[in-house]
Amino acid sequence: MAAAESYPEDLKYHREHDWARIDGDEALLGITWFAQDALGELVHFEAPTQGSHVARDSAYGEVESVKAVSDVIAPLSGEVLEVNQSVVDAPETVNEDPYGAGWLVRIRLENPSEVDELLDVAAYRQVLAEQ
Amino acid sequence: MAQTLLRTPLHDRHVELGARMVPFAGWEMPVQYAGVIEEHRAVRRDAGVFDVSHMGELDVEGPRAHELLQGRLSNDLDRLRPGDAQYTLLTNERGGIVDDLIVYRLGEFRYLLVVNAANRERDFAWLKECELSGSDVRDVSDEYALLAVQGPHAIEKLGLAPAKAFTFAEESIDGVECMVNRTGYTGEDGCEILCMAEDAVQLWDAVLARGVAPCGLGARDTLRLEASLPLHGNDIGPDTDAISAGLGWTCALAAKDFTGADVLRHVKEEGPERKLVSFVMTEKAVPRQGMPIEGGGEVTSGTHSPMLDVGIGMGYVPAAQGKPETELTIDVRGRPRRARVVKRPIYTSTNAKGE
Repeated sequence: MAAAESYPEDLKYHREHDWARIDGDEALLGITWFAQDALGELVHFEAPTQGSHVARDSAYGEVESVKAVSDVIAPLSGEVLEVNQSVVDAPETVNEDPYGAGWLVRIRLENPSEVDELLDVAAYRQVLAEQ
Repeated sequence: MAQTLLRTPLHDRHVELGARMVPFAGWEMPVQYAGVIEEHRAVRRDAGVFDVSHMGELDVEGPRAHELLQGRLSNDLDRLRPGDAQYTLLTNERGGIVDDLIVYRLGEFRYLLVVNAANRERDFAWLKECELSGSDVRDVSDEYALLAVQGPHAIEKLGLAPAKAFTFAEESIDGVECMVNRTGYTGEDGCEILCMAEDAVQLWDAVLARGVAPCGLGARDTLRLEASLPLHGNDIGPDTDAISAGLGWTCALAAKDFTGADVLRHVKEEGPERKLVSFVMTEKAVPRQGMPIEGGGEVTSGTHSPMLDVGIGMGYVPAAQGKPETELTIDVRGRPRRARVVKRPIYTSTNAKGE
């Protein structure tokens, strides 16, 4: 049921175990395989409201397993265009497909130059190696 | 800071099975193998096994063992014959709960107490202090391993005959001599099996070979919470009394005297100021220990119920808020979320036989 460990090449990463999939001036945000594995099966996603503002390096929501709750950190700043309702309804989607169906929010980038400061997959794997 | 964690005789088996090991009450214990929810469902639908060898065992023996325990434990030992077990409390002078435990009457003059891991040393010291000439208290925890096998098919998978809850018998399971207790902490049918520490691996392997799923402390916690069973250190403790905790049924206040009984009689007569209640969330949220409940209450345990798929918990509220169907508002990290007081248990097993 849970996905196998992976870190796609085409994503940008934040050291707090979040990813961003950049598409022009928009991005999908989610949590990495490592983050969902550390938490265990997710049972709740406390989502931001559509239209709200997320700030880089700040929490924009919470994910919870039966055991623990964790803040979700925004890798980039922007306005929330869409919340993934299928994750709100079935949070375990994140465990099953953290980089696909398990995305959390779609945002409009406020400052696209922030993208350059995110980690590529090699740099993120280095962060994991130091855990 | 770096304190050496104790390991049960099954430690290597847990690691081999890929368990995630965590510190718990000074022990390195498996919190999960396949996943908390999957293990939880295995126990509700089939059978699961928990290594609970970290729990303490105290042996109390002698012609005055009965007298010693009858004066310290809340429940009435006179109701036990050899072969019977009883849920009971060790209380302090203030009526607080030093520990909750199960006492087994092994013989006319001998009892075994199975106590919480975190309280083992304190319980032992307290009973040792109260020892009478003619009652010998020994901490025998290191000699034994304890496996809880729980679920609607647990007894049948172990090849055991049905028996009444809160009884025990000596049995042999695939060649391992053990004491099989019809007790548990999940709200399901099943047993807790005590064996010699050196036989633990053989017994564990035999239980798994019979198609019982290994389960960790994570599922143990969600199961006991669905069953509204309190956890010492969370829901009950030295500063909470049995009456407020809804454990008045374990206190033989009319039949005998024991430590703190007068305080408990007083609380019972006056009515407790606050009550431990079980609740379910009526809005999406997972309650957690320490969250305030509007009106002066506090959550003592909380999780997400795998069977009901909603947040559930226990907590103390002013007595006026203690009735089933009362609406509560819980402060979930600054967000007010509604919950409803429910009758215990939160989840009723459709399988359980006996108590």
